[in-house]
Amino acid sequence: MARYALRRLASIALILLLVSAIVFAAIHVLPGNAATLILGEYATPEALRTLEREMGLDRPLLVQYASWVASVVTGDWGVSLAMKQPVATVVGYRLRNSAFLALAALTVVVVVGVPLGTLAALRRGRPLDLAIVTATYVGISIPEFVTGLVLLLVLAGPSVGWFPTSGYVELASGVTAWARHLVLPAMTLTIVLLAHVVRQTRSGLADVLTAPYIRTARLKGASARRIVLRHALRNALLPTITVLALDLGYLMGGIVVVEEVFAYPGMGRLIIYAVQNRDVPLLQMCALVVASVYVLANFAADLAYAWLDPRIRYS
Amino acid sequence: MPPPVLDVRALSVQFETNEGPLRVLRDVSLQVAPGETFGLAGESGSGKTTLGYTILQALAPTARVTGGAILFEGRDLLGVSEDELRRIRGRRIAMVYQDPRSALNPTTRIGAQIAEVLEIHERAPARAAGRRAQELLELVNIADPASVARRYPHELSGGMQQRAVIAMALAGGPSLLILDEPTTGLDVTTQARILELVADLKRRVGAAILYISHDLAVIAQVADRVGVLYAGELVEVGPTADLFAQPVHPYTRGLLDALPHLDGLRGLVPIEGRIPRLTDLPPGCVFAPRCDFVAPACTAATPALETVAPERRARCVRWPTVLATPRRSTAAAIAPETVASDAPLLAFEHVSKYFGGAGAVARWLGIGAPPVRAVDDVSFDVRADEVVALVGESGCGKTTLGRLAVRLLRPTAGRVRFAAPKPTDAQIVFQHPDSSLNPMKRIGPSLARPLVLRGLRRRERGRRVRELLEAVRLDPDYGARRPAALSGGEKQRVAIARALAMAPQFVVLDEPVSALDVSTQASIIRLLAELRRTLGASYLMISHDLSLVRHVAARVGVMYLGRLVEIGAVDEVFRAPSHPYTRALRSAVPRPDPAVPGRPIRLEGSVPSAQHPPAGCRFHTRCPQKIGRVCEEAEPPWARASPTHWIACHIPIAELSRSSEEARP
Repeated sequence: MARYALRRLASIALILLLVSAIVFAAIHVLPGNAATLILGEYATPEALRTLEREMGLDRPLLVQYASWVASVVTGDWGVSLAMKQPVATVVGYRLRNSAFLALAALTVVVVVGVPLGTLAALRRGRPLDLAIVTATYVGISIPEFVTGLVLLLVLAGPSVGWFPTSGYVELASGVTAWARHLVLPAMTLTIVLLAHVVRQTRSGLADVLTAPYIRTARLKGASARRIVLRHALRNALLPTITVLALDLGYLMGGIVVVEEVFAYPGMGRLIIYAVQNRDVPLLQMCALVVASVYVLANFAADLAYAWLDPRIRYS
Repeated sequence: MPPPVLDVRALSVQFETNEGPLRVLRDVSLQVAPGETFGLAGESGSGKTTLGYTILQALAPTARVTGGAILFEGRDLLGVSEDELRRIRGRRIAMVYQDPRSALNPTTRIGAQIAEVLEIHERAPARAAGRRAQELLELVNIADPASVARRYPHELSGGMQQRAVIAMALAGGPSLLILDEPTTGLDVTTQARILELVADLKRRVGAAILYISHDLAVIAQVADRVGVLYAGELVEVGPTADLFAQPVHPYTRGLLDALPHLDGLRGLVPIEGRIPRLTDLPPGCVFAPRCDFVAPACTAATPALETVAPERRARCVRWPTVLATPRRSTAAAIAPETVASDAPLLAFEHVSKYFGGAGAVARWLGIGAPPVRAVDDVSFDVRADEVVALVGESGCGKTTLGRLAVRLLRPTAGRVRFAAPKPTDAQIVFQHPDSSLNPMKRIGPSLARPLVLRGLRRRERGRRVRELLEAVRLDPDYGARRPAALSGGEKQRVAIARALAMAPQFVVLDEPVSALDVSTQASIIRLLAELRRTLGASYLMISHDLSLVRHVAARVGVMYLGRLVEIGAVDEVFRAPSHPYTRALRSAVPRPDPAVPGRPIRLEGSVPSAQHPPAGCRFHTRCPQKIGRVCEEAEPPWARASPTHWIACHIPIAELSRSSEEARP
């Protein structure tokens, strides 16, 4: 197991290096560079060249890339051009907020989605199955901003007003207030993501239930409940783990719309901000961080897989 | 006689399908007494497995019992509640079926899976159940039960997995044990040990055993009484010795005559025709359309299961005539091919094939797995107009060697020399015709495709396709059908026709009949022999079935763990002197004759990993005749037993001749 993890970690380092190269290259293909951004459109060519020299932008690309990688690795993420703050501070704060939201949403997705998927698989083709599958499909089909707005109107509207309409408060200023701000965006995301997990659990379980070892369990005299809990679910949930890892990656960097609707200060909005302001140091790090989260989430999924399925451990 | 544990009375089961009801079992009656092993024999589609599942009420939702009763210890199982059934399953009746690997939960330890039976039925505390699980593993002759209990299914060999499944079946102390093809898919030496275990358990446990199998030789070895099932009807029942000595029903006769024999002198007579569709049964006797003894009375009404002798019953109105007619068999045997020429057509020169393994850097660093040595330094040749067979158990490298022969694989080292001019002169027929025929394509175009490559024009192609179909004894209108409409045997005929379309000089037959029923197997083997004579091609036949090889090959090579251990003319390989492995292999083949009980040579342990093969002689870890250190350290030299017979063993030939006194016909 440890050797397997080590091997996977080595491949992760390689993947991240590749990602950093692509991010770096992509940003350098864009017209203009940091110097143009700082000095603005009307800068004189001389001033530009001077600044470029100061910032090291006149060096060969490969040298620039190497020095960027070196400083990222040593923890020097640079300063955001637009915010005039260290990139590490800005990204760190947003990353933590995104993580809160992502974990809240994923927890609900697992706690609600796995039982729903199980129920659907056990009642396949019956009305309950149809209801579950249809409802989750409706959830995934409606655009996120519509779902968000409907929830806002219903649960945060003037007549009910259970939750704040938008914004975010620090955990330090009270758990209840913090949690109340998380509920609506997390709920929106849950509705969007539920279908993945329900569908994967349903088809995974339905598949496993036809396996010969399930028949073995039945012929041992095991009850239906025991068959599902002891024999089927563990094997059926393996593919669901992969889905969850992909969802986690999405939640950490791609939920621009939901963050916008609820004015939630997460990674998604930070990326948009960096793009709009052509804040190269910030954008580079955002891209790298989101990629790292994706890769690490998949790594965690692989470890969970290996832990749940002994057949993978030694291969 | 004590009252039967199981008493199946006039049972009928049907499956609802789109094409109408499929009457899988009709009017089946049988009894199994305590301590008795009842062998239920039948080919695919006979309904034998359905019977097993019907007893445990574990049928698919589309199946329905339409009549009869299943009395278990005097109580009709068809009437009991789901709760009651749960208390019977695993405790009073247990079942073991084919393919133990898929029967075990891949993510649960062996011990826990066995202990579960006790947790369910006896509410045994986990600790006690775990201890009992180890005792059960010991009962099925597992040497190291504590360590096996902690392992996962994939960490065990096939034979060990099946022992674990049997241990699980015994956990509840059942009075009826249903074994459905428990050794099918296992190697012959492994099978021998499982059969030994079944016989041993019968003595010690005293349960009634219903042993279901397509393999009559296995049934002959384990059963006290036998029932033969054909197309959903029990056609004959009787004590094993009597039934094998003097079969009454023409189908039983046909089955026995179709079997290959280890002496190569009898058998391989096919039953013409095919099993009827269960949606569309013939009137009267179901076997009538294929029967040599058919008379008008046969098609008038379904014959009853008549008593023909004490304890013997058969479903045939013509049984007195059948009994009075002597069996053919010997006359109909096909002679093994004789060596025809000296010119090698295909030569393997020190051929090795390794798969996978870490790259050079990882190996230098000392990490990463070594490669799997599927074939290691093998040399032999196939001459023009000759049939050579390769035998050995799974993982011995015979299939890899076959693929190397037709250049589907490149050797890692050594050379495969092929004397024929064109690469298309070598063809291959695979074990599963399903995986080599495009299911979307009709048979005609499938066969015409290689002819296009040969540059034949459209009209010629059509003619040639008809010729090919005729050559493999299929009606020309099969050209318009799709593979799904064909039976297994017919599909294999098409696969053979396609291999022949290129008019090859050399054909590799990779287990060409092992997926087929006995009666079909015989006709395919005969067809292959006949085609070879007319075409003058050479065959390299790969098979795990020694009896079959005896009938068709001129020379036989025996492989073990990537190495050739013996090669010689077919008669030489089947008698002394022999390599100790060949001897064990031969002794493990069950004889379809209850009068010749098996005395298999016991091979300890399982085949070592091909990634870490043992040093010296690869067989030394299991060899019952190991002579000492030399076997562990030195490569065995090739010794000449006759000009055509070579054995790779440290034991001198003279001694190998003496130690093989067990060689029976």
